[in-house]
Amino acid sequence: MPKPTPDPRGYWAATLRLTVGLLLVWFLASYGAGILFRDWLDQFAIGGAPLGFWFAQQGAIYVFVALIFIYCWAMARIERKYGIEA
Amino acid sequence: MDAQAWTYAWVFSTFALYIGIAIWSRAASTDDFYVAGHHVHPTINGMATAADWMSAASFLSMAGLIAFLGYGGSVYLMGWTGGYVLLALLLAPFLREFGKFTVPDFVGDRYYSDVARVVAVIAALFVSFTYIAGQMKGVGVAFSGFLGIPFEWGIVIGMVIVLFYAVLGGMKGITYTQVAQYCVLIFAYTVPAVFISLIITGNPIPQLGFIANVAGEDVSMLDKLNQVLTDLGFLEYTSSRMSMIDIFAITGALMFGTAGLPHVIIRFFTVPSAKAARLSAGWALVFIAILYTTAPAVGAFARLNFIAEVDGATYVAGADYAAEAAAIEAAGGRPIPQWFKSWEATGLLGFEDQNGDGRIQIRGPEAPDGLKDEVVPLNRDIFVLANPEIAQLPGWVIGLVVAGGLAAALSTAAGLLMVISSAVSHDLGRRTFFTDMTDTTELLIARFAAAGAVLAAGLLGIYSAQLGFVAQVVAFAFGLAAASLFPVIFLGIFWKRMNKEGAIAAMLTGLVTTFGYIYYFKFAGGTPDQWLWGVSPEGIGFVFMGLSLAIGIAVALVTKAPPQEVQDLVEDIRIPGTRRPHGLAEGGMAPLPSH
Repeated sequence: MPKPTPDPRGYWAATLRLTVGLLLVWFLASYGAGILFRDWLDQFAIGGAPLGFWFAQQGAIYVFVALIFIYCWAMARIERKYGIEA
Repeated sequence: MDAQAWTYAWVFSTFALYIGIAIWSRAASTDDFYVAGHHVHPTINGMATAADWMSAASFLSMAGLIAFLGYGGSVYLMGWTGGYVLLALLLAPFLREFGKFTVPDFVGDRYYSDVARVVAVIAALFVSFTYIAGQMKGVGVAFSGFLGIPFEWGIVIGMVIVLFYAVLGGMKGITYTQVAQYCVLIFAYTVPAVFISLIITGNPIPQLGFIANVAGEDVSMLDKLNQVLTDLGFLEYTSSRMSMIDIFAITGALMFGTAGLPHVIIRFFTVPSAKAARLSAGWALVFIAILYTTAPAVGAFARLNFIAEVDGATYVAGADYAAEAAAIEAAGGRPIPQWFKSWEATGLLGFEDQNGDGRIQIRGPEAPDGLKDEVVPLNRDIFVLANPEIAQLPGWVIGLVVAGGLAAALSTAAGLLMVISSAVSHDLGRRTFFTDMTDTTELLIARFAAAGAVLAAGLLGIYSAQLGFVAQVVAFAFGLAAASLFPVIFLGIFWKRMNKEGAIAAMLTGLVTTFGYIYYFKFAGGTPDQWLWGVSPEGIGFVFMGLSLAIGIAVALVTKAPPQEVQDLVEDIRIPGTRRPHGLAEGGMAPLPSH
């Protein structure tokens, strides 16, 4: 594959879109599931734990870990696409 | 060998290991000393960051805190992990691309102002000193509680060890010692957790035991815990007395505070590139999550187990535990477990027989039978410290927990020392007052500054224990980092128009409002009904972070745009691999290249 011409503007716009998207998930998993919608989610259960409570004490942390690795992977793609040498 | 001999063996051998690593990884230049030469592998840095981050409080106190707060404890779990997402996405890769040594380096250069640099130094020093006092105190407690060494001497021993590897190796020595310390602390934390999970739920993985049924019963562990607690007059475990807005604000203050803590941020300067910084944040969170997802399980198990073994048991008053216990059993009673007796001696745990029946009652504030709680005092750290004995594990595990607690305290203290010493030798010395200083001179001053910082931290640890204010001031560290440092770093990267005037206004707003609010409610007699929007001092940093951002943006908009060179610098740090020097924006120090 030929190396694309570096496009810093496109790269930064794509980075911002990705960042906003991932932060939305970050917000929903912690402040959302663990705090704001906790009572509603508690009608469901994961194993023996109410779901909202579980998100606040376990689930949110797993989502955080996943988000950072997804970010690393997606940023590598964006860098390739816009010809940025990381 | 008994538990104390094992404790000595563990503590001695781990300390020897740390010193060995320090000798092996001496620093030869300021680059080595401040940022470990930018050569640290992302996974290794992740592990070092995890040790740096997890303090004596995470290791000893968090599980016990959650055991008592129940759902309310979630603020610590989400707050102290969610900040890493912010670090990875918003700060770490860009600050690495910026390519210097410290947080004030960034603030001073990006805002082309020594005033901004000095304000950032003040914020960094305040946050770090607040934090380090607690670590030194933790070291003193571990030594005095387990090895029979006086509290002050415990701190002195801790100081000598940290002094040795911080002064000799700087960030390079600290990085590799922290890796060893992470291994010690995570092993020490998870081994007892696995056993207690097996005992309570029959599942060896605490995270799964947390959502499983109680061993041999058809009821989930959490339902049973809720039932047991409400029967005794406590609030349900899965509920909290804190208001939703307060939970929201505290979680926010801890998350943004974590992202703004200088000793965490500088760890990401040690990796080779922006890409490595992202990956490293991911690894750091993996290593942190191992402890942070175990802690709520340990908290719940320990609470359940503690009540099951202690409530209703007959107290053994005499010195001959075995004989008395046998007599109580023969009479059809249930004696208190032996670990209760052995921990009573440390003063962390006690029994006050309120109703004179010779048995221990654990009761909450709304006890249906009107009885009073008789386990007084009850230090929450007991839930981690006594775990190995509660689970009847051998003596070597008990000693390991002590070594783990010391590893957690020392690794965090070392990271904070780097911030303090570099703030003096680098930010104030070379970047502000003596800009023509040579690298050799700076390295020498950095070593002296590190030694001075160790002494100051030790004295603070000894002194603050007498004042008993450490727990009160932790709110300061996170609140101030969130309200003063996070906004200017974030805007410095994501908003090119942000200027010197806006940055100084934002930092001062965050510092003054947060400091004033916490001081008023913690030390000047403010009462909870006066809280702004029902937000406690622990969570106020989040509210004032919003104010700091708003004022910073407003001031920037009515003042002059930053010089072109600074705007070019911002362009560069956004795009990996494009960093070039930019004259005015560099403040007389060229950026270090990526590798």
